[in-house]
Amino acid sequence: MFAADFEYYRAGSVAEARELLAAHPGAKLLAGGHSLIPLLKLRLAAPAAVVDIGRIGELHGISNGGGALHIGALTTHAEIAASAAVNAGAEALAEAASQIGDPAVRNRGTIGGNVAHADPASDLPTVLAALGATFTVSGPDGERSLAAADFFQGMMATALGEHDILTAVNVPAAGSGSGSAYVKFSHPASRYAVVGAAAAVTGAGGTCAGASVAVGGATAVPVRCASVEAALAGRALSADAIAAAAAAAGSDFGDDLLGDVFASGEYRKAVAPVYVQRALTAAAERAG
Amino acid sequence: MTAPAVLPKLVGQRVRRREDPRLIQGRGTYVDDVTIAGLQHLAFKRSDIPHGRILSIDTSAAEALDGVEAIFTGAQIAEFLGPMPVPTPFPAPEHRAVAADVVRYVGDPVAVVVARDRYLARDAADAITVDCEPLPAVVDPEAALSGQPAVLHADFPNNVAVGPLPAGTGVGRGGQVDDSAVDGAFAEAEVVVSQRMVNQRLAPTAIEPRGVVAHFEPGKETLTIWSSTQNPHILRTHVAALTGLGQDQVRAIAPEVGGGFGAKINIYGEDLVAAAVSKRLGLPVKWVEDRSEAFLATIHGRGIIGYVDIAARRDGRVLGLKLRLVADIGAYNMLLTAVVPTQTMRMANGTYAFPVVRATLTEVFTNKTPTDAYRGAGRPEAAYFVERAMDMLAREIGMDPAELRRRNFIQPHQFPYKTQVGALYDSGDYEKALDRALEKAGWEQLKAERDAARADGRLVGLGLSMYVEICGLGPSARLPNGGWEYSQVTVERDGRISATTGVSPHGQGNETTFAQMLADQFGVPLEHIRIHHGDTAVVKQGIGTFGSRSQAVGGAALHLAGGKVKTKMAKFAAALLEAHEGDLVFENGRIAVAGAPAAGKTFAEVAAYAHRPVKLPAGLEPGLSEEAFFEPPNNTYPFGCHIALLEVDRDTGEPRLLRMVAVDDAGNLINPLIVEGQIHGGLTQGIGQALVEEVVYGDDGQPLTGSLMDYAIPRATDFPRFELDNTVTPTPVNPLGAKGVGEAGTIGSTPCIVSAAVDALGGFGVRHIDMLLRPEKLWRIIHGGNA
Ligand SMILES: Cc1cc2nc3c(=O)[nH]c(=O)nc-3n(C[C@H](O)[C@H](O)[C@H](O)COP(=O)(O)OP(=O)(O)OC[C@H]3O[C@@H](n4cnc5c(N)ncnc54)[C@H](O)[C@@H]3O)c2cc1C
Repeated sequence: MFAADFEYYRAGSVAEARELLAAHPGAKLLAGGHSLIPLLKLRLAAPAAVVDIGRIGELHGISNGGGALHIGALTTHAEIAASAAVNAGAEALAEAASQIGDPAVRNRGTIGGNVAHADPASDLPTVLAALGATFTVSGPDGERSLAAADFFQGMMATALGEHDILTAVNVPAAGSGSGSAYVKFSHPASRYAVVGAAAAVTGAGGTCAGASVAVGGATAVPVRCASVEAALAGRALSADAIAAAAAAAGSDFGDDLLGDVFASGEYRKAVAPVYVQRALTAAAERAG
Repeated sequence: MTAPAVLPKLVGQRVRRREDPRLIQGRGTYVDDVTIAGLQHLAFKRSDIPHGRILSIDTSAAEALDGVEAIFTGAQIAEFLGPMPVPTPFPAPEHRAVAADVVRYVGDPVAVVVARDRYLARDAADAITVDCEPLPAVVDPEAALSGQPAVLHADFPNNVAVGPLPAGTGVGRGGQVDDSAVDGAFAEAEVVVSQRMVNQRLAPTAIEPRGVVAHFEPGKETLTIWSSTQNPHILRTHVAALTGLGQDQVRAIAPEVGGGFGAKINIYGEDLVAAAVSKRLGLPVKWVEDRSEAFLATIHGRGIIGYVDIAARRDGRVLGLKLRLVADIGAYNMLLTAVVPTQTMRMANGTYAFPVVRATLTEVFTNKTPTDAYRGAGRPEAAYFVERAMDMLAREIGMDPAELRRRNFIQPHQFPYKTQVGALYDSGDYEKALDRALEKAGWEQLKAERDAARADGRLVGLGLSMYVEICGLGPSARLPNGGWEYSQVTVERDGRISATTGVSPHGQGNETTFAQMLADQFGVPLEHIRIHHGDTAVVKQGIGTFGSRSQAVGGAALHLAGGKVKTKMAKFAAALLEAHEGDLVFENGRIAVAGAPAAGKTFAEVAAYAHRPVKLPAGLEPGLSEEAFFEPPNNTYPFGCHIALLEVDRDTGEPRLLRMVAVDDAGNLINPLIVEGQIHGGLTQGIGQALVEEVVYGDDGQPLTGSLMDYAIPRATDFPRFELDNTVTPTPVNPLGAKGVGEAGTIGSTPCIVSAAVDALGGFGVRHIDMLLRPEKLWRIIHGGNA
């Protein structure tokens, strides 16, 4: 568990970080270090330089404006889990953040690092896909904003270029009559998601005005379950309707399923509806 | 004069562990904390293929790195380090600490780097290139038995390391076998249950991985070795022999050891290489295993297939047992590798009076990390096979599993009881433990609750298992390094007591339990007693901590040594008090004539006198220090009954343990709090085996569970609150009546959890489920045809 040699730079601002990235080809950004450092120690990654962005103040914190939560890329899982604004406007995100790893991981790990790392078993990408989040990226050509479907491109692959820095994640704040939830089947060893299901429901008066559902863990990137969403739209949010809609979850997965010695892809796909149903049930309850 | 404070008797009390404050505050000193001026660091280059012939090794790039002191390939190491010690009485292939010609598992070392720091050592190891001709990987132990797809060791045809070894009814001393009685019992049976069961490989996974510091001091010609070991004295013996030094020249130290679980009994190549390299270079060297390395380089446990058959009558009376064992021991014989599966054979009977038994054991080489002792070491496997089969029999004949057990127990009046497979059970009252467990669990009510839950569509199951195991290892005839234990007790000049013990505690709490014993023996406060261990220069002799022997064997030696000192001290006190030594009592920090404490002397006064005996009583030497070796006449055989209630999620197959009841009989208890801690730890690992742990190799021989991201160890949140109770059946084989408890939890828990899962899923026609109870496996049973 001894990393190969690398040069260490600390950036004081996003601009400086971008300069350092430009000056050191192949450099990796370091945020909370809870995904990058293990890779370095296992020598699965051996960049010549590491640019520490952990102390860039402008990337920290959560603000509320224009109907959305703006979450700085360096905001930690613990801060998200404890945030009143997130707990009010994006319960599923707080719920997912509170279930990541252990307290040490939550105190160091950041939302930016989590999504930039884009581990298919991560919790936050799934939630952010369901909540319709957008990702603000600062690159050599300025700033751009991406939807989850565009941001997550494959297993541990995102739209971030070598010189890009993710600066914020923006989550539309749920209004009254809406609720969201995240339910996870934890891997007994890693505690990452074998299957993680996120659901957001708008349901004034017990009728579903809109639902969005995403599942992670079974596929390279989180899947938005359009079939489930369609099956529920306009329906009464009854237990039966939720169960019937959730049953369709697997049909959105495609053929490229992830599996390991603990759980095959087939199994993940088969139990996904159960987790979708649980997430929808909790979300509907919160919406109610 | 004020009346002396009354000291409570401590043996049998729930005294808190004295070890804990320093450990939980991070003040312990572990191997990795040891540092010496000029210390060099080792890194091992390891094979990344499971089987291959080494064609060439290029170390030039590594040697060119600034700060690399030396690099040795296996062939170079072989010039100054002999083959690994294998003291078991079975033939073993030559095993080099660093492979010289053939690599036989992923992780097999091929070269060692000595460098200025750990990072550099690792850089250099990475810079070594090894050219290997791959050979087919032997993964399936049963296919291996026909020599397929390859043979690991030329002198071991068909990869058979040991066996087939027969034991039981009709097996003569010369090994000839007469099966007529066994076959007769099965022919006569009204019912026979037969099942192939796999007791899967596990990785012991101590919090502290292994580590070693070796320091040869030229000029002094002595070698000091700090190692994360359970038995520094045995380590010293082997290090001395392999480095060409006398035992007087070698000092082995086990500082704090962060868990061993049997895996740190073994004498490892890395320790021997460190010692040999330090001697060769005249430099101190350190190696600390990292977590990824630990999954490859530290022995695995279990890994044995059992074919079990029980013959019985429909009324539940068992008529015979057959157990055919195939142990997947991995690539080499290590210290106890070959012996561990023989313990499974030895405990085949369990708690039952089978009229006839046939056990057969074959041990097989495969291209995997070698197996050796892991908490329970052979007994969990034995209990698993017989208990799962008994459970199947109960289901088969429709009898309550508790009732079936009750009908077949070895009875209290039959002890000492010699089983057909050769174990001599010391004492036991199995029905008492069963009844206590049934009462504790509320068995009848639990069955009703289970049935009610089922009526609601829930998949809830109940499992029960008995166990009997072997503790207090010895005696010497049975252990390659001897089976006694040693202790020295010294009353110091100031009346404090220093004691040494040859056991090497690393979580067992002997600094507390042994002090409790001495406090009572001498009538002094616990705080006045120190127990020293884990250093061969301090503790003159010893065997070590394993096989749940610390209390039963080490504690007995301490008791004997303490008794000798006390006898001598009484003579000094008698001289001082002008009393008869037989009339003296040691109580509340004083030695006095019984009934007249105020007229006595303080313990410290007598101690001072013994060290400055101005008038030396006739026939006495000065001083108060005595030693004792205790040789146990036999092992002890603790037992118990465990009960589990488990629910399986119908939709996902996820199992959840709802209740875990454990009744254990470890004989007399010195400290029930520590005993419970040991049982908690054991249960945790037993439940871990049933629910989450398994070392998995791919068909290509590559390990698939090489990190804690893939290999699960159980967490507190996986369990219900453990419900414990005990019965007390003292052993006659040591003066304490204590049997041992370190491994019990791993032995009884595992089968009852699997039986509970089978009970929960019985409605789907399943008779047996191999561990681990992976949710997907259970889900496939539930969803059968649809899955
Ligand atoms: C023991 C353990 C358990 C865990 N369990 C879980 C779990 O249950 N669920 C879960 O979802 N996660 C889990 N994680 C992962 C955790 O969430 C990580 O913290 C997170 O994935 C990475 O965040 P970080 O800030 O530590 O990023 P770092 O490790 O610093 O960086 C990760 C990657 O993202 C890049 N990066 C970081 N920030 C930016 C940025 N602003 N812009 C562009 N690129 C960036 C880095 O260059 C690097 O490639 C676990 C981690 C550990 C160590």
